[in-house]
Amino acid sequence: MLKYFLARLLTFVPTFLGVTLISFAFIRVLPGDPIIVMAGERGLSDERYAELVTQYGFDRPIWEQFWDYFTGVLQGDLGTSLVTKKPVWDEFFTLFPATLELSICAILFAMLLGLPAGVIAAVYRGKFFDRALMSTALVGYSMPIFWWALLLIIVFSGNLGWTPVSGRIDLLYFFPPVTGFMLIDSALSGQDGAFVSAVRHLILPTIVLGTIPLAVIARQTRSAMLEVLSEDYIRTARAKGLTPSRVNGLHALRNAMIPVITVIGLSVGTLLAGAILTETIFSWPGIGKWMVDSIFRRDYPVVQGGLLLIAVMVMIVNLTVDLLYGLINPKIRKR
Amino acid sequence: MSLLKLRNLSVEFATAGGGFRAVDQVDLDVAPGEILAIVGESGSGKSVSMLAAMGLLPWTATVTADEMSFDGRDLRAMSGRARRRLVGRDMAMIFQEPMSSLNPCFTVGFQVKEALRQHLDLNRRARHARAVELFEMVGIPDPEKRLGNFPHQMSGGMNQRVMIAIAIACKPRLLIADEPTTALDVTIQAQILDLLVSLQRETGMALILITHDMGVVAETAERVSVQYAGQKVEEQRVEGLFDTPHHPYTAALLAALPERATERRLPTIPGVVPGQFDRPEGCLFSPRCRFADETCRRVPPPVQGRELGLARCHYPITSDARRKESAS
Repeated sequence: MLKYFLARLLTFVPTFLGVTLISFAFIRVLPGDPIIVMAGERGLSDERYAELVTQYGFDRPIWEQFWDYFTGVLQGDLGTSLVTKKPVWDEFFTLFPATLELSICAILFAMLLGLPAGVIAAVYRGKFFDRALMSTALVGYSMPIFWWALLLIIVFSGNLGWTPVSGRIDLLYFFPPVTGFMLIDSALSGQDGAFVSAVRHLILPTIVLGTIPLAVIARQTRSAMLEVLSEDYIRTARAKGLTPSRVNGLHALRNAMIPVITVIGLSVGTLLAGAILTETIFSWPGIGKWMVDSIFRRDYPVVQGGLLLIAVMVMIVNLTVDLLYGLINPKIRKR
Repeated sequence: MSLLKLRNLSVEFATAGGGFRAVDQVDLDVAPGEILAIVGESGSGKSVSMLAAMGLLPWTATVTADEMSFDGRDLRAMSGRARRRLVGRDMAMIFQEPMSSLNPCFTVGFQVKEALRQHLDLNRRARHARAVELFEMVGIPDPEKRLGNFPHQMSGGMNQRVMIAIAIACKPRLLIADEPTTALDVTIQAQILDLLVSLQRETGMALILITHDMGVVAETAERVSVQYAGQKVEEQRVEGLFDTPHHPYTAALLAALPERATERRLPTIPGVVPGQFDRPEGCLFSPRCRFADETCRRVPPPVQGRELGLARCHYPITSDARRKESAS
């Protein structure tokens, strides 16, 4: 298992190099100039412009700039935001917990509903439940996310008044962030009703963000289960007189989990990269919104550093998925 | 009294091209402690009829029978729960492909103990002890270590031994072995068969051996049921069958055995088993039978009496006919 882990870890290196280069190049390919954007509508004199270009080093050869950035990255220095003048690293880790918290809730929501739904649909294939579920999943998958979010807000926040419209917690509560995770911080603060308020704020964003992964997981689970259910070892399990729930839920599902884990991993990857629409609609202070804002401001260090950190997160998720393969099905470890 | 009793069993599969009858009006009896062989070519419905008895057919299959009982208990009227108490404990089955019949995600020890946990009231330590004992019974060396292996870490022969250990875990009264040696090396085949027969002797369980190997039949079985295209065409005690086969199909099968060949060229049965769309009107074997006439081709044959091996034939071969033929 250790060898398998190290082999996987080794594949990190070229990916990391590639991502560093691409994230550096990506923002520079876009038209626009960070200094002009910073100056805003007032504009600035040519002398001042030249001065700033030299100050930020934009006049130096591009490969030299990259080398500076790359050596910085290796030393854990991602640079400083041109706009806020704060280190990219600090900004990222102030905002990332909000995204992570929402992503975890969304993927848990998707898995807790999607896995059983897919299993039941496969076991009762062709029956009413199967058809109803799979057409619902298709609708969920193809629905525009912003429309779905607005619809939920209108019904549950507007008409019914059950859930708040935006933010992470009611303004009534204030406490210094300890972990950055609102659910944990609010519980730690000991303030009455803070935790409940944090939960209520999470409900709608979780549903909105979890809808597409839910549909994907349900469909993938169903098709993987259908394949596994015709395997010989399922017949063996039934020949032992095991209950259907054990045959389907343990023997079949464990084998069906390999493709399902893959799509879960991919979903987590996209969720971590920032759910831009969801974060914008619910005013969720996460990295999705931060990245979009930075792109508009041509904040080079933030965009390249943020992209790199997101890519590393996605790589970690993928590595975890690879390790899970080996845990679920020991046969895979051999390859 | 028979342990497993099937009367007029039929199994139909729903396919894209309409219903396909894989098993057609099969009768079968197995007495406690008896070894019965079911022989026939691929596609003759041997496995399907046994899977029907075990309740293991996929959802596309429809099973009908006048009687289907185990130890006098009606399998058709049983609830799913009651049937699961029987299957895996009193009646067990092993399959053709040992490598794919074990779950790749679990250790073989887990898969053996799971059967014990399902049916017997044993604690963890007792289950482990029983699993070790079972591995010893089926001839797996170093059982303590092997219990922690995954199926892909063992050979096909070892995996088949694990399958047998699972099947006999709860001391079944009937073991169905569905071509247990087909996927194995020739050298291992004999070992597995010897193991099955010796286990049958030790435990006194009944054994149904599904095979297409007449040599295996001759060595192990007490009684033989011959199936062709979903129908039982003949049933006899093994000596009688090899001595005087009554159905032309049985006779042709035996004639195709290399040990029995008298001429330079090994006799074969021309043609193939009829499929879903070319089922003959009369006797199903008539297109391949060298004795077939117009009646055979048009009228489904009756089942003859027990003295003629229950042969499903218009013109069953009698010992007189054989003598006449060999004289000519």
